[in-house]
Amino acid sequence: MTTIARTDTSLVGHWWWTVDRWLMVMIGLLIFVGGVMTLSASPAVAERIGFDTYHFVIRQLVFLPAGIMLMLGVSLLSPRSVCYLALLVMGGAIVLMVATLVIGMDVKGATRWIRFGSFALQPSEFVKPGFAVIAAWLFSRRRLDDRFPGYLLATGLFMLIAALLVLQPDIGMALVVSAVWAVQFFLAGLPMVLVFGLGFVFLGGSVSAYFMFDHVQVRIDRFFDPSLSEGYQVKRALEALQNGGLFGRGPGEGSVKEVLPDAHADFIFAVAAEEFGLIVCLALVLLFACIVLRGLSRAYRGGDLFVLVAVAGLMVQFALQAIINMASTLNMMPPKGMTLPFISYGGSSTIAIALGMGMVLALTRALPVDGNLGTPLGRRPL
Amino acid sequence: MKQTANNFSATRIQLEGVRKQAIEMGRRRLLVTGVFIMAAFMAISLRLVDLMVVDSNELARIDRGFKAIQAPVSRASIVDRNGVIIAISLPTASLYSDPALIQDPHEAARRLAQILPELDRQEIYRKITLDKRFVWLKRNLSPDQHYRINALGEPGFGFKHEERRVYPQGPLMAHVIGLTDTDGKGTAGVEKYFNSILDENVASLRLSLDVRVQSLVRQALIDTMTEFKAIGAAAVVMDVSTGEVLSLVSLPDFDPNTPGLASPDAIFNRVTKGVYEMGSTFKLFTAAMALDTGAVQLDDGYDASEPIQVARYTISDYHGKNRWLSIPEILVYSSNIGSAKMALDVGGERQQSYLNDFGLMDPAEIELPEIGKPLLPRPWREISTMTVSFGHGIAVSPLQLTNGVAALVNGGMFHPPTILRQVTGATVPGVRVIDQATSNSMRGLMRLVVEYGTGKNAETAGYMVGGKTGTSDKLVNGAYSNDKRIASFVAAFPMDKPRYVVFVLVDEPVGIKRTFNYATGGWVAAPTAQKIIASMGPLLGITPRVVVASNENKKPTRKTFMRDLERALEVR
Repeated sequence: MTTIARTDTSLVGHWWWTVDRWLMVMIGLLIFVGGVMTLSASPAVAERIGFDTYHFVIRQLVFLPAGIMLMLGVSLLSPRSVCYLALLVMGGAIVLMVATLVIGMDVKGATRWIRFGSFALQPSEFVKPGFAVIAAWLFSRRRLDDRFPGYLLATGLFMLIAALLVLQPDIGMALVVSAVWAVQFFLAGLPMVLVFGLGFVFLGGSVSAYFMFDHVQVRIDRFFDPSLSEGYQVKRALEALQNGGLFGRGPGEGSVKEVLPDAHADFIFAVAAEEFGLIVCLALVLLFACIVLRGLSRAYRGGDLFVLVAVAGLMVQFALQAIINMASTLNMMPPKGMTLPFISYGGSSTIAIALGMGMVLALTRALPVDGNLGTPLGRRPL
Repeated sequence: MKQTANNFSATRIQLEGVRKQAIEMGRRRLLVTGVFIMAAFMAISLRLVDLMVVDSNELARIDRGFKAIQAPVSRASIVDRNGVIIAISLPTASLYSDPALIQDPHEAARRLAQILPELDRQEIYRKITLDKRFVWLKRNLSPDQHYRINALGEPGFGFKHEERRVYPQGPLMAHVIGLTDTDGKGTAGVEKYFNSILDENVASLRLSLDVRVQSLVRQALIDTMTEFKAIGAAAVVMDVSTGEVLSLVSLPDFDPNTPGLASPDAIFNRVTKGVYEMGSTFKLFTAAMALDTGAVQLDDGYDASEPIQVARYTISDYHGKNRWLSIPEILVYSSNIGSAKMALDVGGERQQSYLNDFGLMDPAEIELPEIGKPLLPRPWREISTMTVSFGHGIAVSPLQLTNGVAALVNGGMFHPPTILRQVTGATVPGVRVIDQATSNSMRGLMRLVVEYGTGKNAETAGYMVGGKTGTSDKLVNGAYSNDKRIASFVAAFPMDKPRYVVFVLVDEPVGIKRTFNYATGGWVAAPTAQKIIASMGPLLGITPRVVVASNENKKPTRKTFMRDLERALEVR
């Protein structure tokens, strides 16, 4: 590796000494695992649906490097530029989400995609990192200045996005955005009364949804008594887990990818479990946990509320996607269409997650030691 | 100016305070958030360990809804007496559909029709769009079909792991084995009789039959049936000392692997279910009971010069000698008149009692569901006693006749018939029905029939075959037919110490040139028995006897009969 002098004040030199290299290494490792898993899981799916064997592999091997480049590029940005970028991405995504309602492709009963040539874009993936940063800015600004209507703006923005997601419908994504909004609100000083109030609203809403909406009731009932369900994918996934055992059947030796329609995407964790076994799966969970912990600890150590809330929002989004995906595969919750960050196949998902991680890297750069308020934001308040 | 500066400073300090307070609260709450997230990752890790390593009931819980379509327990194999597999269950997959999960029925039907060209695409489409949650599409897929359908990845297609019953011997054992339906349940033969035992037991069921013997018997019988253009044929080989059936062939037969192609006539078991008027083979029973009761001695005889007139019946001889006949001559020349007179001396009561002892009055008790009930004269008049003595007016199954003759030659013990292999060396339960001396006499008499009489065509060098022919006209619409008959031959060998009884029955043979247009037991069934004995003797390790003297072209007299008989019994 090229050595860069501490005194190098060029853009790259400054970046190298300020960026969180541990976080970069761990994300790099995750991307590597994702590449391996795509090679293992996707050819079976591609052959089954009549594509070229390496259709998904080739595409994902374009998406992953593109994601790395994007992440590194974004990590070079200053917090202010990150905010502008987030605003741009979120605005664009919202416009495209409105467009999907009109011209989107219908895939499996939901309109989430817009086709550009041979590439289908899922704008809702991009709205998440954008919203996390913009909401963080609105919340932290309000926290420091009572006159600024940040809470109101952030909540309004959240409701707009949530409504668009519910219309698609994409309940899983709406859940993630809700969680990001709630956690950020919590971090930005939501009074404890309201924390409990929101908790009760959420609880009451869930219970009344169960009794008011038949399809919610059916889904919950099915989860608690899977014999009622058509849990085809979940059943196959559980079989795969049992096949895997401690050390797995070996790379490429799994059979679940032959029968799972979403083996390369939402159910890739089952393929990993079958082929690589428990130890590798636990290592993967640990890797996700470490990335999240690392990001949160960088946010904790920094002295800026905006950075803390923004990084926490992005990390919660990242963690929640991983948790929901794995918990669905493990039948710990009703299945939600959710990708496993960097591991599942998917262009929009991969690029959007890379964008989010790039923002984390950029925001956690050059954090001053505790107590020093001379952050870039402090010097140049937005 | 100073004031402003102070104000500014105160605002700034105030702002710094808010900032510090806010960041501290943010940090505390971030810790809480982090703890929750880590708890979730921890829960996932524990769940992984639970599912992947610890034996969990999760799948069983999931599977509960699928219980109704779970695979049956493995059905036991059936093997012959030497362990050769006759029936075995192989695991296969059957395809069903859950129409509610089919995403694109047109596409699914199109693709499935490509893999299973025997299914109609429209029909598949109809089935997978039914408002049901379970519909069979195809039972017992080949492994390749299973793989290819699985690779379609259609969630609406599922597989039930079943077993397919395979009969490697094809039609060879058809009537013994019987049939199983598509659900693996026995519907005929051993498969039905032992249905629940086969389902419960893991060990295989060992039959007394021998596929080698069965094969040569079946081939000999097919040849005969073809040669004489018969409509059916039956054969049994029985071990005289155990009642074990070594071979049971009923023609025409069927392949149990493709039960759908079998006609009712082919499925009909002529050996156990069919009952026939056997004709002259019954004279053996008459002679045995007459000797055993002491009604006659071997050198006694009857005048057979005149037919017997009883009411409107006339009993005459087919091979009439029109003179006094000794007991051996009555059998050798198959005299109806002599038999009838013998039976009258025994008496109707005792006749029925003996026939009952020989197992001819009640349905045979063998481990098969297809058992024919014998047809008996009711009431049993004097004329019945006379006609039954030569096998008319009574119909029994080939199995019953074989079993009865086995008791005559094995020393006088009746052993119930069985198709299950008996333990070697163990004493098989039996009932004494005639004396050892009577049995010895019967051995000699049957040997004479083959040496000098109607059974000559069954003579097999070295195997001391004894036997009796039988020919009877078939009842067609209540009247005896002139040209439709049953030709049969019952043989035992070797007669100095009989081990096996071989019975051959041919249904409606047509005489041919070689047999001078005769289609009698002696011309049709006896040569078949000869073929069977000539092949199975060496196969079962029976040492051929030294041939003492040839009786070719010898004019038999009463004296030579007795001499030859004694000699036959002395030779060991």
